[in-house]
Amino acid sequence: MKKYTFTEKKDTRSGFGVAMAELGASNPKVVALCADLIGSLKLGDFQKQFPDRFFQIGIAEANMMGIAAGLTIGGYIPFTGTFANFSTGRVYDQIRQSIAYSGKNVKICASHAGLTLGEDGATHQILEDIGMMKMLPHMTVINPCDFNQTRAATLAIADYHGPVYLRFGRPVVPIFTERDQEFIVGKAWMVNEGTDVSIFATGHLVWEAILAGEILAEQGIDAEIINIHTIKPLDDEAVLRSVAKTRCVVSAEEHQIAGGLGDSIANLLARKAPAPQEYIGVNDSFGESGTPEQLMDKYKLNAAAIVEAAKRAIARK
Amino acid sequence: MPCKGLPRGIDFIALRHRIRPVLALICMTISIVNMAPTTEKLQAVVYQVRRDIVRMVHGCQSGHPGGSLGCTELLVALYHEVMTHNPAFEADGIGEDLFFLSNGHISPVWYSVLAHAGYFPKAELATFRKLNSRVQGHPATHEGLPGIRVASGSLGQGISVAIGAAQAKKLNHDDKLVYVLTGDGELQEGQNWEAIMYAAHNKVNNLVLIVDYNGQQIDGPVDKINTLGNLKAKMEAFGWNVLDQPNGNDLAAIIESLAEAKTLLAETKPVVILLKTEMGNGVDFMMNSHKWHGIAPDDEQLATALAQNPETLGDY
Repeated sequence: MKKYTFTEKKDTRSGFGVAMAELGASNPKVVALCADLIGSLKLGDFQKQFPDRFFQIGIAEANMMGIAAGLTIGGYIPFTGTFANFSTGRVYDQIRQSIAYSGKNVKICASHAGLTLGEDGATHQILEDIGMMKMLPHMTVINPCDFNQTRAATLAIADYHGPVYLRFGRPVVPIFTERDQEFIVGKAWMVNEGTDVSIFATGHLVWEAILAGEILAEQGIDAEIINIHTIKPLDDEAVLRSVAKTRCVVSAEEHQIAGGLGDSIANLLARKAPAPQEYIGVNDSFGESGTPEQLMDKYKLNAAAIVEAAKRAIARK
Repeated sequence: MPCKGLPRGIDFIALRHRIRPVLALICMTISIVNMAPTTEKLQAVVYQVRRDIVRMVHGCQSGHPGGSLGCTELLVALYHEVMTHNPAFEADGIGEDLFFLSNGHISPVWYSVLAHAGYFPKAELATFRKLNSRVQGHPATHEGLPGIRVASGSLGQGISVAIGAAQAKKLNHDDKLVYVLTGDGELQEGQNWEAIMYAAHNKVNNLVLIVDYNGQQIDGPVDKINTLGNLKAKMEAFGWNVLDQPNGNDLAAIIESLAEAKTLLAETKPVVILLKTEMGNGVDFMMNSHKWHGIAPDDEQLATALAQNPETLGDY
């Protein structure tokens, strides 16, 4: 098992905020919109440095999506910022008609995704956003794993034409990817090569998958771990190549099992190379209040759960 | 009800059923005689657009003739007189006035006006709502129809998009204007009020909102379904300058209101024109009712409608 270490923990949303300030300086076409959550989205630096290109929309997310669509007419690249819940479910029709169907170059940037939003509870813990967004034709869906990767993804999507859903979160998590990594939309990242089981993880679950890989290695199981930061378009080739070798799968995500990354992988494998698959995800349930750690433990979205799932998958080969 | 543009106070109702074709001819003649050269030229376009609307909707037995006919004079005035625009079509519209149709279901009028303005061949109107067409049931960019900059149809989204386009114009130091049309029933959608509040707060004074104030929606009169109350007072309370235009099917009156709106924008507020229109205007049996919101005429009704509107620029 390849060794991963970290010296610092940070929230992925801060990676977004840092990248936005960089984009503000490097790309005069980038504009930012926010629905009364500048602090939560870490958009303060962009707002201060580029006030003419910052739009405070107020608590009106539907209007924000429409204004973002309109700003593309005239050549701008709007990045919208609010919680994942209000970036997707609340404004699905606006995204569908004014952005996706209209082919607008809008970047929908969503913080506080999933259970790790924590104490606010289920009203804010959206676990269906990946599913909703990936169903929209031509929508790109990205869920980076740490601060550095979120920064890299934010920079990359400014140069990637078309609507993008960029999902990140609130809790501080280990920084284990390189600061100046190359981020290629749609290209999976090989975390660890292995032969016994393929663990496909996204977002906060990538670090948990690494911890699981270390535990499995101690038990003599050689896990391949792949970071699927781009859920749509899925890197079919990377998934099929891995499963051809390992012949069994664990998918891991902070999202409903229905409609998430695991579903995308299962869909691909059912068509091209059927294999036993175990899912790490929320099983048809809403979340609840608690600390991020407590919630990830209760809903079995952690390394221990991935270890058990890997063993089940291997047993089904 | 006589067609709009006639002198007031003349009751043609009793005559209408017996001498409908003669009446229509009188209407046209009086309308044309009373007009200045510009509106005379525009009126010729209006007649042809009305013909296109009823023929398109008849051709696929589907679509929304009522609101389309009600806004024909407005769109003809915008595209053939008021707006600076380029039929060669460039999506960003830099240096052009832009028009957004929020109530996308009245697509027939927009398609016809765009075609007559040179955005795409008139012949393509025959493909309205048919398979493999660029002329979709509701306006769309997806098939690449020139003139359309965003999809619309799901109501309540157009003002927000228009605000975004207006903000982009300011960032680009582009002094042209953005026009957006909404239905009045459409204002029951909450997103409109988010947008209306935002536009005033942010002094989006390169935006003209036009409300198709025909008082009708699918299920009946707006006042019976969910009244807008005093819309003028509401818009003023939201911080907009409001222009009433009770003659929303009168070309000269529309042009006057649009000019006045442009002048008022200097005051830093966005401007709304409450354009009192007649749903189905120009086709007598479609007027005074919400019933022709979304149904197509049969062969006989089509013939009647066409007899009331002369072919001026050639049918597609």
